[in-house]
Amino acid sequence: MKPPPFDYHAPTDLGETLEVLAGAGAHAKVLAGGQSLIPLLNMRLASPSHLVDINRVAELDTIVVRGGGVRVGALARHAAVERSEAAARALPLLRAALRQVAHPVIRNRGTVVGSLVHADPSAELPAVLTVLEGSVRLARHGGGEREVPASEFFVGPLESALRPGELAVSAFFPALPPRAGSAFCEVARRHGDYAVAGAAAVVVLDDDQRIASARVACVSAGPVPVLLDLSEVCARRPAASADWAAVAAAVRDRVDPEGDIHATADYRRHLTGVLAERALRVAAQEAAGEGTGESADG
Amino acid sequence: MGEALHEIALTVNGVVRRARVPARRLLSDCLRHDLGLTGTHVGCEHGVCGCCTVLMDGAPARSCLTFAVTADGHEITTVEGLAGPDGALSPVQRAFSECHALQCGFCTPGFLCTVTALLRETPAPTDEQVVEGISGNLCRCTGYQNIVKAVHRAAELIADEDGTPAAAGGEA
Repeated sequence: MKPPPFDYHAPTDLGETLEVLAGAGAHAKVLAGGQSLIPLLNMRLASPSHLVDINRVAELDTIVVRGGGVRVGALARHAAVERSEAAARALPLLRAALRQVAHPVIRNRGTVVGSLVHADPSAELPAVLTVLEGSVRLARHGGGEREVPASEFFVGPLESALRPGELAVSAFFPALPPRAGSAFCEVARRHGDYAVAGAAAVVVLDDDQRIASARVACVSAGPVPVLLDLSEVCARRPAASADWAAVAAAVRDRVDPEGDIHATADYRRHLTGVLAERALRVAAQEAAGEGTGESADG
Repeated sequence: MGEALHEIALTVNGVVRRARVPARRLLSDCLRHDLGLTGTHVGCEHGVCGCCTVLMDGAPARSCLTFAVTADGHEITTVEGLAGPDGALSPVQRAFSECHALQCGFCTPGFLCTVTALLRETPAPTDEQVVEGISGNLCRCTGYQNIVKAVHRAAELIADEDGTPAAAGGEA
């Protein structure tokens, strides 16, 4: 058999899950969709002593859309969130990014919260959570819950702030304010692969349609999603007269990507600038266009 | 080695099948070794090639990225379950045969399961939807062109069978 042996637990409710996790100690892993974990097990790159399968914990299979944003439970699959019209209305960025996550068949099993906890800096959803300044809710047996902001949640490559015994029960993606727009752009060698580079962008305009705030979270540009505030470079100009070349240059200056067999560090830096500019331009257009922002009250 | 065994029951192609498996048994291995259903092929065993795709409660899933114990109580359809009870090929299988959408056939079970589900959800897909739909399945022989044709052909066959007009979105 390909995966190494482990003790298997299949709790059926949240309380039981937390209890099992508390008892299993530091070498336990949570199994949700398994689309990242099982490859690691099959290649024996990971060998947890306990596997806690949360696929029977129905209360974690939730997508709650409120005025403030979208809260996604630990068992909500990528495909379910992608198909949720309410979530897409409240937060178009979420669907745009989800469509870039692997392939449809992987998205049938993979979970949004699982992608976040996996904390791969090349993945789409950590960048989305980062640019929206969302958070992940962690729970532990007898210890209540803590809500960890994205800026503190992603600690390093494949490393999150999750502590042994904790379960990421949900993630919160805040909706955009009025007159805001968002976009996600990435380049991958093959569609569905991890991105060589990418950017999730949010632009907010002021009452006079000038750029009040411009932020991007860059994919594959560092050990964690790299959040850049480019509001100053945009200098409160309307999108049409913003100095986009300066924006791209500022992005290139502020990221420090690594080279690998897919792309050199220089190419990745260049690409990050191009994609950040592209995403920001689209986000600015969306912010200026009709219909955006209203969903924040939905 | 004293590894714990788990009693599981899967409904495979409409029949309840029981097995005693270690927790680390992949669904792909359970189907092939424990249940003797070798139609599900195993290629890369880490989710890249799509050969092992089966339908889990109707939705395509990688059986090499699913543990058999997780599938306990669920409904699985493998390539063996696509044909009718009399052995008549399903529209998707017929279309693959008609359009020469396979050569060595190793990847075919995964494609057939993926396309069966794709056409249930999108009965008249555009070229773009077909390509996106099968993007997670690799074929090293055909160059994909005939597979794309077969998907459109299968859509026509299904529409004919259902008596609904084939509002073909793509130009096959």
